[in-house]
Amino acid sequence: MNKLRRNKLALVFFILPAATMFIGIIIIPIFMSLTYSFQNWDGITQSQFVGINNYIELFTSKSAGFMKTIGNAMLLALLSTFIQLPISLFFALILSKGIKGERFFVTVFFVPVLISTVVIGQLWLKVYNPEYGIINTFLRAINHPDLCKTWLGDQSTALAAVFFPILWQYVGYHMLLLYAGVKNVSTDIIEAAKIDGANYWQTCTRIIIPMIKPVIKICVIFAVTGSLKAFDMIYVLTNGGPAHASEVPSTLMVSMIFRRNRFGFGSAIAVMIIFLCFFFAIIIKKCFKTEDD
Amino acid sequence: MNLDKTLKGTCKKKFPFISYIILGIWTIVDIFPIYWMITFSLKDNAEIFGDNIIGLPKNWIFQNYVEAFNTGNMKLYFFNSILVTFCTILLTVIFSLMACYALTRLEWRGRKLINNIFMLGLTVPIHAAIIPVFVILRNLKMTNSYQALIIPYTAFALSMGIMIFSGFIGNVPKQLEEAACIDGCGMFGIFFRVVLPLMRPAISAVAIFTFLQAWNELMFAVVFVSDSKYRTLTVGIQTMSGSYTTKWGPIGAALVIATLPTLFVYSFMSKKIQGSLIAGAIKE
Repeated sequence: MNKLRRNKLALVFFILPAATMFIGIIIIPIFMSLTYSFQNWDGITQSQFVGINNYIELFTSKSAGFMKTIGNAMLLALLSTFIQLPISLFFALILSKGIKGERFFVTVFFVPVLISTVVIGQLWLKVYNPEYGIINTFLRAINHPDLCKTWLGDQSTALAAVFFPILWQYVGYHMLLLYAGVKNVSTDIIEAAKIDGANYWQTCTRIIIPMIKPVIKICVIFAVTGSLKAFDMIYVLTNGGPAHASEVPSTLMVSMIFRRNRFGFGSAIAVMIIFLCFFFAIIIKKCFKTEDD
Repeated sequence: MNLDKTLKGTCKKKFPFISYIILGIWTIVDIFPIYWMITFSLKDNAEIFGDNIIGLPKNWIFQNYVEAFNTGNMKLYFFNSILVTFCTILLTVIFSLMACYALTRLEWRGRKLINNIFMLGLTVPIHAAIIPVFVILRNLKMTNSYQALIIPYTAFALSMGIMIFSGFIGNVPKQLEEAACIDGCGMFGIFFRVVLPLMRPAISAVAIFTFLQAWNELMFAVVFVSDSKYRTLTVGIQTMSGSYTTKWGPIGAALVIATLPTLFVYSFMSKKIQGSLIAGAIKE
């Protein structure tokens, strides 16, 4: 058997397909992105090396609008962490108490996560529709037509109108992870706390929440990196408009490549997105670690 | 799971009514869009826009579905999505199980390092690849093909697959492999006859995870495919919605068509699906 386990031919056979794909589609392209990001290239003609010019433009040019997209993404990250996650945690805690219909609620709350963001986005397009959408129809029905807005077309409301469905959609996802985490907390500890006279609130804040910290950490990482990567919902609802009011890094990247043929600049955005995702993942991991010590 | 039992006894009576109200409201918030989507997919404009916005349809207009399928091209997009998703699942399951086996059961130098590199893939956003892969595909004249989506989807699903499989492979006893070896099985025999069948629960978890990713994916589909012949549902809906701005019924039908397979599978195996998403996020 040990001879078999060291069989080089078997090794090559088993690892090769996955390794080839992984190297060809992920590893090499990361380095290609890096190279492109130092070039000025329209995707067709000869590219020129421009050093860190793309990055300078990224951080200084107002018209490129990258800093604004980062601001929007950070806002979404903050909202996800401090509004969406607490809501999910609240649901996870009350559902894991073993109430009647627990399974039903968990199952239903998870439905929006499964449905394609495109479908959900299309539905919200109809909800926000200025003429026939549910919101404006409702406002007119209660005699407040003055509050009607072109929600997605107005610079002051577009960002909020785009963020709301994103936050709504993934409450169920975080709820499920946290719920699974709470369910894994040993009953003995909770029983012991009860015997010591802890009420439910104390059990939650002193026992359960500290014990599910690893899961909370994962949720925070997902919330933040997910915000940096957000694309689908925004692409469907506004595609970054009006006048870049709801632009995020990904929508800017795609429009740089396909509308303006700026492959180098688009790659610089991609590299920044990758960098920020790793950066925040490490920072968040560090934050949770120091608290443990 | 034990928490469930103990807490049930103590908390049930004290469980405040208000919690049920909150849970109820959130249930409506989650279910209403789907209900609304299904009802307006069966209505005409007059009902959607005025007479009957949130009620059940008065006349059930199945014509909307016929129109979505034919004029709206949903038939083709649906087929494309099925094909792309199916191939992605198949390749992801086989390749990541094979890689997982090599990484956990074969003995060779550097396997820890390679495993770590694969796990790094969990954090790499698809943005990392989108421009170079587009350029590569264009140079190979492979944009606008099924493989333009299948290969990148598979590549990005591998890390998750390997991670989920690694969590499960401990359940396959090494002694079984050794017994098979003594019975004269080679490495391939052991893998395909012993390991693969025993990994069935993990395979379904990976398949579910990959299904959700591939079926709902938008960014690659927008960038790599421009020919409507190879368009998948997500992009297809976008195109259709652009040309049906004033007629909502067929759009609703298209949305239902895109969602139904997911909801259908979910209604049978909600626990399994939730389990695979948990397995994909939390390492035990």
